Amino acid sequence: MKFTLSWLEEHLATKADRDDILAYMMKAGLEVEEAVTPAEKLSAFTVAKVREAVPHPDADKLRICTVDTIEGEKQIVCGAPNARAGMSAIYAPLGTYIPGADFSLDKKPRKIRGVESHGMLCSAKELEAGDDHDGIIELTEYFEVGTPAATALGQTDTVIDFEVTPNRPDWLGVAGIARDLAAAGAGRYVAKEPKPIEGSYDCPIAVEIGAPEACPIFTGLMITGVKNGPSPEWMQTRLKAVGIQPKSLLVDVTNYISLDRARPLHAFDAAKLNGPVVPRLGKAGEKLEALDGKTYEITEDMCVITDRSGVIGLGGVMGGESTAVSDETTDIFLESAWFDPLRTARTGRTTGIVSDARYRFERGVDPSSCLDGLYLAARIIVEHCGGEVSRPVIAGDPPAPHEKVTFHTEDVARLTGLDVKPADMKKMLKALGCKIEDAGTTWYIVPPSWRFDIDQSADFVEEVARLTGYDALEETPLPPLPGGRKALATPLQQRVRTARRTLASRGFVEAVTWSFMARDNAALFAGGANAVPPALTVANPVASELDQMRPSILGNLAQATQRATDHGAREVKLFEAGPVYLGDGAKDQRTMVAALVRPVSARHWQGAESYDAYAAKADLFAVLDALGQPPERFQIGEHKASHFHPGQAAALKLGPKVTVAHFGALHPRVLKAMDLDGPMIAFELNLNALPQMKVKPGKTKPLFEKADLTPIRRDLAFVVSRETPAGELLRLARGAEKALISSADIFDVYAGPGIDEDKKSVAFEITIQPRGDTLKDADIDAVMKKVIGAVEKGTGGSLRA
Amino acid sequence: MSDIETIEAEALSAIEGTGDIAALDEVRVAELGKKGRVSALMKQLGGMSADERQEMGPKLNALKTRVADAVAARKTELEDAALEAQLANETLDLSLPPKPEARGALHPVMQVFEEIAAIFGDMGFAVAEGPDIEDDWHNFTALNFPEGHPARETHDTFFFHPQDGAPAKVLRTHTSPVQIRVMEDTPPPIRILVPGRVYRNDWDATHTPMFHQVEGLVIDKGIHMGHLKGCLSDFAREFFEVDKAATRFRPHFFPFTEPSAEMDVQCDRSGGAVKVGEGTDWLEILGCGMVHPNVLRNCGIDPDEYQGFAFGMGVDRLAMLKYGMPDLRPYFEADPDWTRHYGFAPWLTPSVSGGLS
Repeated sequence: MKFTLSWLEEHLATKADRDDILAYMMKAGLEVEEAVTPAEKLSAFTVAKVREAVPHPDADKLRICTVDTIEGEKQIVCGAPNARAGMSAIYAPLGTYIPGADFSLDKKPRKIRGVESHGMLCSAKELEAGDDHDGIIELTEYFEVGTPAATALGQTDTVIDFEVTPNRPDWLGVAGIARDLAAAGAGRYVAKEPKPIEGSYDCPIAVEIGAPEACPIFTGLMITGVKNGPSPEWMQTRLKAVGIQPKSLLVDVTNYISLDRARPLHAFDAAKLNGPVVPRLGKAGEKLEALDGKTYEITEDMCVITDRSGVIGLGGVMGGESTAVSDETTDIFLESAWFDPLRTARTGRTTGIVSDARYRFERGVDPSSCLDGLYLAARIIVEHCGGEVSRPVIAGDPPAPHEKVTFHTEDVARLTGLDVKPADMKKMLKALGCKIEDAGTTWYIVPPSWRFDIDQSADFVEEVARLTGYDALEETPLPPLPGGRKALATPLQQRVRTARRTLASRGFVEAVTWSFMARDNAALFAGGANAVPPALTVANPVASELDQMRPSILGNLAQATQRATDHGAREVKLFEAGPVYLGDGAKDQRTMVAALVRPVSARHWQGAESYDAYAAKADLFAVLDALGQPPERFQIGEHKASHFHPGQAAALKLGPKVTVAHFGALHPRVLKAMDLDGPMIAFELNLNALPQMKVKPGKTKPLFEKADLTPIRRDLAFVVSRETPAGELLRLARGAEKALISSADIFDVYAGPGIDEDKKSVAFEITIQPRGDTLKDADIDAVMKKVIGAVEKGTGGSLRA
Repeated sequence: MSDIETIEAEALSAIEGTGDIAALDEVRVAELGKKGRVSALMKQLGGMSADERQEMGPKLNALKTRVADAVAARKTELEDAALEAQLANETLDLSLPPKPEARGALHPVMQVFEEIAAIFGDMGFAVAEGPDIEDDWHNFTALNFPEGHPARETHDTFFFHPQDGAPAKVLRTHTSPVQIRVMEDTPPPIRILVPGRVYRNDWDATHTPMFHQVEGLVIDKGIHMGHLKGCLSDFAREFFEVDKAATRFRPHFFPFTEPSAEMDVQCDRSGGAVKVGEGTDWLEILGCGMVHPNVLRNCGIDPDEYQGFAFGMGVDRLAMLKYGMPDLRPYFEADPDWTRHYGFAPWLTPSVSGGLS
């Protein structure tokens, strides 16, 4: 919302200057976005008089002017065709910054074609006072030499733009702004309530209410014999200052009242009306050609203005072309009504029409302002366009006035800590237009008709607090909480932190990517197009490739990796800890840690290793280890994830049902579909699926017991079928004698000559850690026997001879 | 007894002449071995008279000692020489580069989340979370956004297609719905901090369709706006790690707070970059206010008994301000170079005791 200081001062008697007003606005909650005072940038420019203008001896288009300026007589070389003796112009001394041209004059006189020039005479464009650049400004009124240019150009006003919050539609009129600033202490509100117009005849146009729920009150009056023409200078100046191009008075006056009083009006060409004007609900199939030149389909939810010809306007949104006023209009019918905010908002959304009327009605227009609006406009019209005003016609009643709201004065201190005297509270609330019935510490207050945001005690607290000023709030430390200090992050967040730091310390760079992705790509990670839940498709995506909530983070990481690769990066290692979505329920979100590597084996003089599925497994295990989840608790199994390579990836499981993680190579089909340069190695770990580790009471750790007996190491090799997972042998071996076997590790896997074609040899070392008693040879033999038995039985293989 | 002198001279000369341990050992055996010359002389002692023995004994012993010492000394010399020769062969060119290790980094937004949690954690705020996909009740209605009210329009909401006749779900436009979820489930006192992803349908130089917020909520008896001001002013100084930074509270409007405010922090923009805690300019940091009685009622909390404040701030922008990132868009592009430049080493854990950054 834009307004000018002089406009404000019409409604606010104040001694406050520009900066004071800005401070009062800030204090009262009117957030200033911009305050522009042309006088500031024009401070160096003054009125000057051209005494003599003779042609330049060496340039046809230049003149040498002798100019009387604030600094005495100056010689100025000027290229303007209109420079002539006797004219009043605007003078810029040497060194002046020229705002419209964005340069500064030299500080020393410059020679132009051999003749020194001591300053400049300016065009309107150079002063940002207009678009004219054909010649220098010629002042038509008389001003003394040395008069500030801003005064001579009528640019002393300040234009202020501020944010109107949705709760304060009364700020959409300059009078409402003045009322609030007066309540904040900026001055005295000057109420300019119009005197009713008696009217000399009955309005020939009847009005009826067709849908009280949409438009409860509809008023109007007729003005006959008007002669439309340009608006008066003062109105044009104000409209232009706030960015509205004046058209003709009949159009400008409704804009002006809307800006001045937050009261939208509509003017019909009475000659084009056909019968009574009736606001009612729309009917399917009706259409309106609106003032913006577009045709809109009417729905049954819309409030339309009709006459016998059908729909002639969208109530509270926009008028129609068929009854629009023009330069030829002589008789007008002026409408002032009240439209339901929610319905107006819906109509606005459905049609996409953005208008000042919609903006005001959907936020709330003062229902008691219908007739005042008519009188204000009619007076201006008659003054400038002549005409005879009818008596107003009124259909319906304004919506029920606000009821009394209870205000407990002690709530101010309770909710804000402020100490405000009740007398001061009363003064503020009265200044806002509240009608107060004082019953001690409880007041019964009727809020003003233009406010729709006051219905309980806390709302008055806000008014008192903001008008007192938040600077008065005393900084108070929060009281300490009872009880001891516990971890304040959730276990899941602790996991996220630990996982992130583990991966970053292992060379991964953290990414934060969109929670959405392209639906087609989502299908690749969800297990096919049918597995992409329609409930997770965004109905109004910001871009078509971001229309599906992601089932996996890996797609986004793969694309980011590809971008980095295209940009010349070698090996890229990215990870992200973030959400994936299984459904639209509150419990369907999972927190995953996903990592992806595009392996590029860096050549190295010591030889290089390439990142592969085993490296991914190592990183995954490192994360699990850091999370206090011993990796050996989990089983490696076949995976069912369609985005992973069928033979070079696996699932990490906890029991037969719970899959905790996947790791390995991405499926070549995914790489091809997304146009990615493979291979890409990845893992994704579902942090929600990890079991909660038991929390032991207390913080003490179990006593350290050093194994003082030397461990015994034995090598074993088995011949098993090729399909047998090698890890299975370790699991069986460890499980054979849990108390004594502290570890088992594979050191060789062999298939080839000496071994049956469908078999392989797996060799591993087991470590037996005696505890308490020394083991005798017989004890060790017994352990070995158990291991051999368990592995042979479990795999169907045999000890390698 | 020129024998002794001759043998000594010859032995020492032989020892000195040996070139390796094996040759030295031969000389040792030839002189000091059981059948060696020195040993042979020693054996003659047995056949001597007591007087002769008295005279010859010390001399022969001294000879034996001197020869043995010479052998030992030569052995050390030869071993040192052998080691030197071996070491000379083992020289490594340590100007060669080691195997490269990829340098990881943490994303600045995630780090700033932790910085904020550390500051508020010190004030007793526990961290809470909620889902990104929300229903209309939690995202709007319970937060006192009337249905159809223009205040909803300002949120540029992402919608899902309605399922089974239920109202369309939305991507949460702020972290405030978690306030509702916590208040619905937890009796006061409440002191929580909610970090999370939020979404608005807006994409230009200063907006991204996804960004990050931190929400705070304090509900207790007797919590008033002075507490809000104290708590958030302290936060601003601690977050920007400056001794002094004036804060300014201005009235504003949020449907879910009453009274509502925005907090600005003192800054200097004159040098191009924004310096917090200096200068005469102001920078908007966050929105806040006393929790609206309607919101408390919507969650089954009696506003006459309990009251409190809430605040919300944009984490991406705070990170930009603090660490001088000029542009929001690269945050979500997962460019490893950008993240290594603006990101953080994994061992930098924000804490109140160790410093935030």
